[in-house]
Amino acid sequence: MLATAIIVFREVLEAALIIGIVLAATQGLARRASWVSAGIMAGVAGAGLVAWFADAISAALAGVGQEVFNAGIMLFAVLMLGWHNVWMKRHGREMAQEMRDMGQAVKHGTRSMTMLAVVIGLAVLREGSEVVLFLYGVAVAQQDSPGLMLSGGLFGLLSGAIAGLLMYRGLLRVSSRHLFTVTTWMITLLAAGMAAQAAAFLTQADLLPPLVQSMWDTSGIVAQNSVFGRVLQTLIGYADHPNGMQVLFYAATFISIAVFMRLYGNVPSSKVQPVNAIGA
Amino acid sequence: MNFKSSVVLALLLGMAQPLHAENLPAFNLTIKDGRYSPEMVEVPADQKIKLVIKNEGPGPEEFESSDLNREKLIKAGKTAEVTIGPLKPGTYKFIGEFNPKTAQGRIVAK
Repeated sequence: MLATAIIVFREVLEAALIIGIVLAATQGLARRASWVSAGIMAGVAGAGLVAWFADAISAALAGVGQEVFNAGIMLFAVLMLGWHNVWMKRHGREMAQEMRDMGQAVKHGTRSMTMLAVVIGLAVLREGSEVVLFLYGVAVAQQDSPGLMLSGGLFGLLSGAIAGLLMYRGLLRVSSRHLFTVTTWMITLLAAGMAAQAAAFLTQADLLPPLVQSMWDTSGIVAQNSVFGRVLQTLIGYADHPNGMQVLFYAATFISIAVFMRLYGNVPSSKVQPVNAIGA
Repeated sequence: MNFKSSVVLALLLGMAQPLHAENLPAFNLTIKDGRYSPEMVEVPADQKIKLVIKNEGPGPEEFESSDLNREKLIKAGKTAEVTIGPLKPGTYKFIGEFNPKTAQGRIVAK
């Protein structure tokens, strides 16, 4: 049972941390609870579908369908995260000013929440499909009784959820003046790390060259497959011996988001019209 | 920038690449009852090779190696190929993520 709990926990951890960060980043946005729940539920449904069609996905594209699928999901999430950052930088201030006008706040909140709900959905889908397949495997192998398996799975899920909650509560301790800056940086690092993971999948599929097999090796200090390594991988994109393409994707994503935020994120507040904001 | 266009992009990316994996030297690996056999695979160093991993079940397994930077989910009864290398001489550990206690093996590149 404990083995089941640990494996489920490791899979759930990444999605839980992402949800924790998103909740902190959307502090004050209207109806975020419904958006986050919708993202989680869509992710769970999607996880079931992906697990069901795992064979078809694997066999697609001459055997590298799984890699391309994972990379595609991650790159799509990277786009959403980057977009969110630029969008929030552009409209965060005016949103704060317009909080009195609830109608506008709801509209603004909705745009940003949609993107982040998609990110949550994709994270849950990706990690969840592995949980589904793993639990299915435990059931088929009959290592545990159904009761034990279920309680192990629930225990793992709960532990993961607690980790996400701690992340969220920890971020809320940051003073509200700095919270936006902190979550913006965290989302940028999250996106860069996801892009690096996508690069790892694409090099595994042999669609991209690794450039350099191993840029460094810090597996002796923090192993990537340890729980702490996993947390770092999610939060800052830590990899204990990344290939060159991973580092390139990481740097390119980080720099692009920073540049786009600088180019499109700043709107002189005197010119801002809510109408422009909605069309952006 | 919607999901459809990303899928199309992924498909194009997949088709544009010639699949040269067939010509690579292949090494077989089987997973059964949460164990790999053989548990040690000797491969030539400094050249690309492919692992042909067959999962004889029961249940799915994920071939995972942080040493090799690889992870691949394989359902029961299925075979998957994983290209690795060129490796420097050395030992590279791999596990089955769904049976991490028992499914352990290593690749020795010489």
